[in-house]
Amino acid sequence: MSDVMNGGKVRKDYVRALDIKHGRVDMSHGSGGRAMAQLIEELFAAAFDNDYLRQGNDGALLPPPDGRLVMATDCHVVSPLFFPGGDIGCLSVHGTINDVAVMGATPLWLSAGFILEEGFPLADLQRIVMSMAQAAKEAGVHIVTGDTKVVEQGKGDGVFITTTGVGVVPDNVHLSGDRARVGDRILVSGTLGDHGMAIMAQRESLGFSSAIVSDTAALHGLIATLLDSGADVHVLRDPTRGGLATTLNEIAAQSGVGMMLNERALPINPEVASACEFLGLDPLYVANEGKLVVIVAGADAERALAAMRAHPLGTAAAIVGTVHEDDHHFVQMTTGFGGRRIVDWLSGEQLPRIC
Amino acid sequence: MKYVDEFRDGTLAKNLTVSIAREVRDRDYSFMEFCGGHTHAISRYGVTDLLPNNVRMIHGPGCPVCVLPIGRVDMAIALALEHGVTLCTYADTVRVPASNNLSLLKAKARGADIRMVYSAADALAFAQQHPEKQVVFFAIGFETTTPPTAVLIKQGKALGLQNFSVLCCHVLTPSAIANILESPEVRQYGTVPLDGFIGPAHVSTVIGSRPYEFFAEEYRKPVVIAGFEPLDVMQAILMLVRQVNEDRAEVENEFTRAVTRDGNLKAQNLVAEVFELRREFEWRGLGLVPYSALKIRREYAEFDAELRFPLGYRAVPDNKACECGAILRGVKRPWDCKVFGTVCTPENPMGSCMVSSEGACAAHYTYGRFKNIEVVSA
Repeated sequence: MSDVMNGGKVRKDYVRALDIKHGRVDMSHGSGGRAMAQLIEELFAAAFDNDYLRQGNDGALLPPPDGRLVMATDCHVVSPLFFPGGDIGCLSVHGTINDVAVMGATPLWLSAGFILEEGFPLADLQRIVMSMAQAAKEAGVHIVTGDTKVVEQGKGDGVFITTTGVGVVPDNVHLSGDRARVGDRILVSGTLGDHGMAIMAQRESLGFSSAIVSDTAALHGLIATLLDSGADVHVLRDPTRGGLATTLNEIAAQSGVGMMLNERALPINPEVASACEFLGLDPLYVANEGKLVVIVAGADAERALAAMRAHPLGTAAAIVGTVHEDDHHFVQMTTGFGGRRIVDWLSGEQLPRIC
Repeated sequence: MKYVDEFRDGTLAKNLTVSIAREVRDRDYSFMEFCGGHTHAISRYGVTDLLPNNVRMIHGPGCPVCVLPIGRVDMAIALALEHGVTLCTYADTVRVPASNNLSLLKAKARGADIRMVYSAADALAFAQQHPEKQVVFFAIGFETTTPPTAVLIKQGKALGLQNFSVLCCHVLTPSAIANILESPEVRQYGTVPLDGFIGPAHVSTVIGSRPYEFFAEEYRKPVVIAGFEPLDVMQAILMLVRQVNEDRAEVENEFTRAVTRDGNLKAQNLVAEVFELRREFEWRGLGLVPYSALKIRREYAEFDAELRFPLGYRAVPDNKACECGAILRGVKRPWDCKVFGTVCTPENPMGSCMVSSEGACAAHYTYGRFKNIEVVSA
């Protein structure tokens, strides 16, 4: 089966153009034959078009960049596929770009793997592909290679997308989850839980409507602004599944430190807080897709905060806690009520199929 | 968040802390919050940090998932795995450990059709949409969740649904309180000092405050019905301390914004129409408690999953190392249990108190276990 979206290189003798408006994915679209070549050319290659993709080979031949490489991969199975603020397409681009960017890297290239379910409307597929193309364009990255497979009806859920990203890290940038130090401050770039609650509100069984919009966004611009400020940043993470709580527990364990959050300082959109209250969820555990957790040297916290607030994706940034010594690596929080509690690892599954 | 933040206000909490500290005398106070909702609020907001050291909160058995005996979960699993039904359940229930290393979640991974619902009505809607499937609603909970189940059964009957039934495990709060008060630890030996109760919030909106009057009179225990917000809990503790100091044993209502003396008569009538008392019911931790649960009346027998499917009930003892029973009765505290935080964690619960976030062990593990490390508990 061809692995390439080889735009421009395939035969020109199709019987008729893809019927995107009424057509549906069928098994032939994954069979390696003409139908597949046509789908790739007319849909994927047309949308993602760039020099690397146009090479038309099984793999993309890429020029070696200056600096260390970062590579990250992310699978996307979100349900519903379209939600306020985005869709699985732009999410699959942002998600992987962010995994690359939090390493301090400039994202360069993406691959995209699609698992399509037989019967999936081509119009929806086109919408998703266009959304990916748009997100990649805005982020300045190229989708340079990809693959498409089709599974029988009932064996998938419309479309699953896996993206892999490659980026390059400047020599002077050293970010890692094990670099949080006692005395560091903890910052977030904006309101917590927006993505997860936007998805949750769409689930039909819950029957409530809200104006909550997903925060899905590519963070490398914000990260570049932050790093350019000269603040001594130790760790960056994007708090996706499991939310801020999970991300901080990961960092605390990796760095061998404890953390103390201040509940009052946490930026949470009132709509999200209300929806969480209603459903019995804790916004600290709800997924974000366009937020940044920053652990920075204590002395540079204000500088990092100012830099983030100056960027459109960081206007609601806040200093939310500190790193301290704790052999148990607990993440704790002083509650707005005046008590103290642990902010533990998420146990079980809070919200399934969120990204 | 309007109507919520007001009840979580840190400044008001400080004032209450001062009032409680001023009120307490040179003695110990032990109060049981019956409901898991209170347990959760106490742990999540760090309420114990605001209480004097001589006020101890005992976490009671009012967590519907925690008191569900293994045998009942086994029945639900058998329905799904052996009888091929679609089992609709509230999400907390799916992780309760059952026999043979199973839980509903593990049964689901083995092919059982188990659906998590937010509302009981979703189960009925699912049955209507899938007439080819036998759909069973796994009905658990105290008086709060019972009226919705009654409505479902009545609707099912009105619609003439042939493929819908209910595995009824609804239990009654007053019977559980009576059981605790009658336990030898409280009544005879006094090993569980119990100076009063924080009465249920949501349950009391349905049953009212009247049923607790018996406990105040007969057992001389003060009861303060309180809402589930942390300020409600603090206010209730203050009221309990005052009652103890003044040697009163009365039912007081802190939760007047939702609870009346008679409760919700419409809901009570619905429940009485559809359900009747069971002669006895096994509670996890409390054992067999007479007249402590409900079963479906004969008029609605066609909706009783226990009659529709050949299901036998088999009582299954808890794991020997598990102290859930003693913890639910207030005899032990979570950290007194050998397996707490070692082999029994929220990821791998051995006992039911570790399953639901309202369970005493899960709440303490998730929110408060740092306290055992810094302070040696008394």
